Formats: sequence, structure tokens, C-alpha cells
Amino acid sequence: MTRVQSVEGHEHPADGDLLVFSFGGREGQVIGPDDVDPEGSPIFAFPMDADSRHIASESRLNEVILVRLEPADLSEESASRSALGIVAYSAVCTHTGCEVSDWEEDTKRLKCPCHDSEFDPSDNGRVVGGPAPLRLAALPLRVADGVLSVAGGFSGPLGAQDP
Amino acid sequence: MNRLTGLLAPSPLVLAAVLTLAPAILVGQTYRPVTDERLVSPEPENWLSYRGDYNGWGYSSLDQIDASNVGDLVPVWTFSTGVGGGHEAPPIVNDGVMYVTTPGNHVLAIDARTGDLLWRYRHELPRDRIAFHDTNRGVALFEDKVYTATLDARVVALDARSGEVVWNTSVADNSAGYYMTLAPLTARGKVMVGVSGGELGIRGFVVALDTETGEEVWRTHTVPGPGEPGNDTWPGESWRTGGAAVWLTGHYDPDLGLTYWGTGNPGPWIGDQRPGDNLYTNSVIALDVDTGELVAHHQYHWNGSWDWDEVSTPLLIDLERGGRSFAGLVHPGRNGYLWILKRKENAIEFVDAQPFVHQNVFTSLDPETGRPTYDEDRKPGTGKPADFCPSLWGGKDWPPAAYNPTTGLLYIPANENLCGTSVGEEVEYRPGRAFTGADTEMTVRPGADHIGELQAWDMNTGEQVWTTEFESQNWGPVLTTGGGLVFMGGTSDRYFRAFDANTGEVLWRQRTNSGVIGVPSTYEIDGVQYVAVQSGWGVDAASMGRRIDGQRGTSTFVPEGGVVWVFALRR
Repeated sequence: MTRVQSVEGHEHPADGDLLVFSFGGREGQVIGPDDVDPEGSPIFAFPMDADSRHIASESRLNEVILVRLEPADLSEESASRSALGIVAYSAVCTHTGCEVSDWEEDTKRLKCPCHDSEFDPSDNGRVVGGPAPLRLAALPLRVADGVLSVAGGFSGPLGAQDP
Repeated sequence: MNRLTGLLAPSPLVLAAVLTLAPAILVGQTYRPVTDERLVSPEPENWLSYRGDYNGWGYSSLDQIDASNVGDLVPVWTFSTGVGGGHEAPPIVNDGVMYVTTPGNHVLAIDARTGDLLWRYRHELPRDRIAFHDTNRGVALFEDKVYTATLDARVVALDARSGEVVWNTSVADNSAGYYMTLAPLTARGKVMVGVSGGELGIRGFVVALDTETGEEVWRTHTVPGPGEPGNDTWPGESWRTGGAAVWLTGHYDPDLGLTYWGTGNPGPWIGDQRPGDNLYTNSVIALDVDTGELVAHHQYHWNGSWDWDEVSTPLLIDLERGGRSFAGLVHPGRNGYLWILKRKENAIEFVDAQPFVHQNVFTSLDPETGRPTYDEDRKPGTGKPADFCPSLWGGKDWPPAAYNPTTGLLYIPANENLCGTSVGEEVEYRPGRAFTGADTEMTVRPGADHIGELQAWDMNTGEQVWTTEFESQNWGPVLTTGGGLVFMGGTSDRYFRAFDANTGEVLWRQRTNSGVIGVPSTYEIDGVQYVAVQSGWGVDAASMGRRIDGQRGTSTFVPEGGVVWVFALRR
């Protein structure tokens, strides 16, 4: 698989973007590291341009999942993209493009409800079950001024890979 | 532009393919328009629509291939689609030209005798499309055009000779979860389609477009809005996201002027989040072909909570009960019951129903209306898990059953010995996002020695005549012929099989590249009968396989990738 620093033509998320809740009671509010609960379910987020405050929710391919794991459990690659144990991945399954909305608490895996593809958020979004042909693209994070922000583009292709 | 070049699409690929094939050009030149008359009474040598006729029988009277010689059936050509995923579309054939579709909305026109490509249309799909089931179940033909319904909720009309786009109409907003997987239904100058997306909080509908212009003629929602009959079966605003998707091609009774469609689940999946009957989910509805008016319905099960989408369209069969004949609707349901209904000008009436697989949810059926009473302990609720049989994929999912008027038997592709557990969770509606609100598991019944079945039921006595069992699950659409045969794949061992239509005995089988979940068809050219099917495993057949493997501790590998297979008797 070819590694790319950012996906061509994909403007957000981009280095410096903030992340905001994509739905729920706090929809549109900026996410801080303490909002990502190590015991809780993943958070769904859209990137927001730090200057214009524009939330890039035009495409669902811009949406990411935030998960907080034990820093010691992260693979080297995941650790390099993480901030305080928080890792971020594309929220769209690489199989048929469903939202990866299920969380397997026991195994700490992200799961797609459509066809049961499972991904390991501690190991660079690797496919660990189901039909997905490709890992979830990872998004590098940093913490600055008490908020979470994006430290670069997605690590790979987004969404359903053409059959 | 002269007549010859007028047949050619501008693509160099197509140009090259057609130029090398003089016979194909002749076929194109003589393309015979598909009229209402032909669709009502299709010639045996052609397969003009999804199930071969408006009744949905999956039957051809062709009898060159029969029980005595089917052992001599051999492949005459194959064609790799170059596409992965679940290939479910039938090869549809008009006078020697075959049209097939693939996942990702490719349409291929192929010389049905030689296997040469005539043209290929590749629909441009948006990268961020939403379609939980990336498959397509085939084209529809009308006059000189080919129609396909797409994952981004468009209907595209193509010139049958060249593959050039004539019109391209959006019927719904894909970003809100509306998509399409069915073969359209064409009749009386209209191309009719329904929407998928019941798992995404859509409000289902059937829409009819003008075959010439693509302009909308009528649209009927499968969930009634305020002021419409049935809206009071939905609390508050829940009708807006009520589901009742229409996954599969409707059937059509030209005498009554009515089209029949099956509808899917209510959304979200768990009933206590939308108390009421939730019309017209999990129903058959009758729509006037000219106006779209919903003139009758029958709901198989109310307040659905099991993911038993009743998407299959009932077969239109004339039946007898107690010495009286009537125009029937026959539906082997996902809820595991075989439903017999009566179709009338302005009504659908319940006749009888009985389980064809182990079913432990219905405690009784009202003898007048067929309305089931539920074992409440087997009805999942929000925060209340419940076990039930059959599984969420039901006794029979989308693969169509077939009816043979010579044997009088209905052939049901069934899955037995599967059960499941569901538990509901609160879900917030967000356009285009999963709106199931359910966590599901599938289980294999202890001691089960098989799962897949091909069942034959006598339509006049209402009795099961034979059953052929498979260790694997069965996701095989069924074809039956005047040669006394039934054709079906559907199992994870990649076989495509011919069965004796009277006994269920396997008479012939061919191992293919992948698993066969495509709808088979048959046609004749120059006195030779062909049987055609796509092999290409995927979608829910594969999902079920993974869950069975998890239960059995097995690891079943089914290679993917689509291939059109065409068989004929060895010369």
C-alpha cells in the first residue's frame, strides 16, 4: 500500500484544523483532549478551519473517529500520530462506505455495522476482521493550547474502494 | 452519420470491440424494440426482464435442455466483468443481445451467442456516495432503450444499440441515504423504480418516469404522510424516517393495471421506538400503473423488530383452494412463512400462511386477516434483548423463488436452522447515517446438520413436496424451465446446479470462479438453448458466511470477482 501524507484534492482535514463534534448535544463545539473519554465510546468529529471557523461537513469523507487508548498499547506508527493516547481515523469504511459506528468495548476495536469489518485503532487502523480491503486512513493529531488539532492529512485513501 | 457508425459508441474500446465483430453489428442493426405486447407475452427464446415475465415466475418454457440430457451441459463462453463484489443481476436477452449489470453500476452489452462485448457503460459514482449494499439486480428494457437504477439514486436510460446515455434523472438525494439496487420495471411507457436505504432513515417510495424523457410521472411513498390513510400508525414525526424501502423489482398484472411491490423494515429496526403498525412497512402494496395510486396492501407483520424486510415481490400465480380458482399472490417471506393472498381490483385478501422454516415468534395468525400475534419474549426492545428464529436474514432473503406451471411447484431458496438475538439502542437520526438502533447476532441452532435448502411446494395443495439440503447457506436465485429443471447456485462451495424439478435430485453441477448469487436466465439463438448466470460472491451472502464461520469455528474462503457464465448442451 502506498503511503501518502495527504489525499490529493482533499482539503480538510488539514494541518492546523480544529475538531468539532459532528452530532449530538454538542454538535459544532470544539473538542478538547478531555472530551475523549478512555472509558467511553468513540467521538465523531468534523474538521474546522481554525481561522475561518468553517466546519468542513460538506463531505462525509471528511469525518473522523476519535478514540483514546493507553499510550503504551499503541503501535509505533499509531503512537507517532497520537496525542495523549488519542488517535483519529476516517469514519468511513473502506468496504462499501458505511460509517464505522460500532465500538467493541472488550477488544477496543472499531466495527462497521454493515458487513462486520473490524479495525484496530491501536495499530494504524489495520483490518482485523470482515471484508474491508484496506485499513482506515489515519489522521495525525496534536494538542495545543488545551485543544486537539490536526497535524497533517489523512494517511491513505478514503471511503469505499471501487469494486 | 450512416447507419453503421450510428451504432457505435464514441469510446475507442467499444469501437474496437464492435469493429472486430461483424455479426454483432448485424445484431445491433436489427434490434427489435421491446414493446408492451412483448413484455406481456415474452417469446420463449428471449429473457426480457428481471424474472423473465411480469408474473415474477423465473420460468421459461424452453425445453431443449431437460432432465435426460442436462448432464451434457458445458460452458460455451465466459466473460469476466473485471468487478468485485456481489453480482446479482440476471443476463437479460433480447434477440441475441445480452445486458448485464455489476456492482458499481456498470452495464455490459454482450453478444449472447459469442460472448463478444458490444458496449460497456460505466456510471460515474461520487466518491462519498452512501450505499450499504453495493450491488445491482439488472436492467429493464423498453422500446429501444436500456434502463438502469444506480447507487446514487439515478435512473439512466441508454440507447440499446450503442450504450449512449439518452437521459439521466436523479430521483432522490443520495446524501440522505437514498440509493437503488433493483432492476427497474417497465410498462405502458413508464420506467418504475423503488429506493433502498431502509437502514439509513429514508422514507421509501416508488417513482415512475417517462421512458422517453425521464420526467417524473408519479411518485407514491410507502410510508403515508399526514392526512393520508395509515399515517396514524406512526407516532409523531416518525413517518419521516419510517423506511419501507423497495429493494426489488415489482410485478405487474396487466389485466388489473396494478403493479405489486414488496416493502422493507420500519426504521429504526426496533419496534418500541415507533409504536404502531407502521404502514406500509413489511407489506405488499398494489400501485396503479398509470397513476401510482396505492389501491391495496397486505402487511405481513406489523411493528417489525427483527430486520425481516419483506422486500421480495409476491409471485402472481393462479391458484386453487377447495376447488375454487383465484388470482393469487405467493410470497415466501423473510419472516419464515409462506403467504398465499388473493389479488383483486381494489383489494389484497389473506388466504393462508404456514411456516417453511423454524419460526418461533408468531403464536397465531388471525384466520380472517392473517395478522400475527407475537410471543413478546421473542420481540426485541430497546435495552431488551430477545432471541428469535429465523435469523435477521429470515427464512428467505432477496433471492427470488420460481414457479413452474408444468410441475405446479414453487421453488424456494431457504435458510433453515439460523436464529438470532437483537437488542435495541436509542438512535439519533442524522441524514445519510445508519438508523438501525440495533445490535444483532446470528446463531446456528444446536445440532443443525445443514443451513441452505431448496424447497418445492405444491401450489394447489399447499404442501411441501421435496427439500434438497446444503451444508452451506443458500443465497441462490432460482430459474425453472419447461425441460423439467431447476437451476440455482447460492452456496459457498461455488457450484451452479441443475435439479430435477419433480424430485429435487441434483442432475448436474459446475464449479465456478466464485459463489453464484446472480439471477439465472435462459434464452435460445439459432435453435440452441443457453443457460446464463453471473458468479460473483459478496454482499449479505458473504456477511452471513462470516457469521456462520464464527459460530462453527470454520474458515470458508470464497473468491470474489464477477464472471458471466453461459452454458449449452455439448454439440
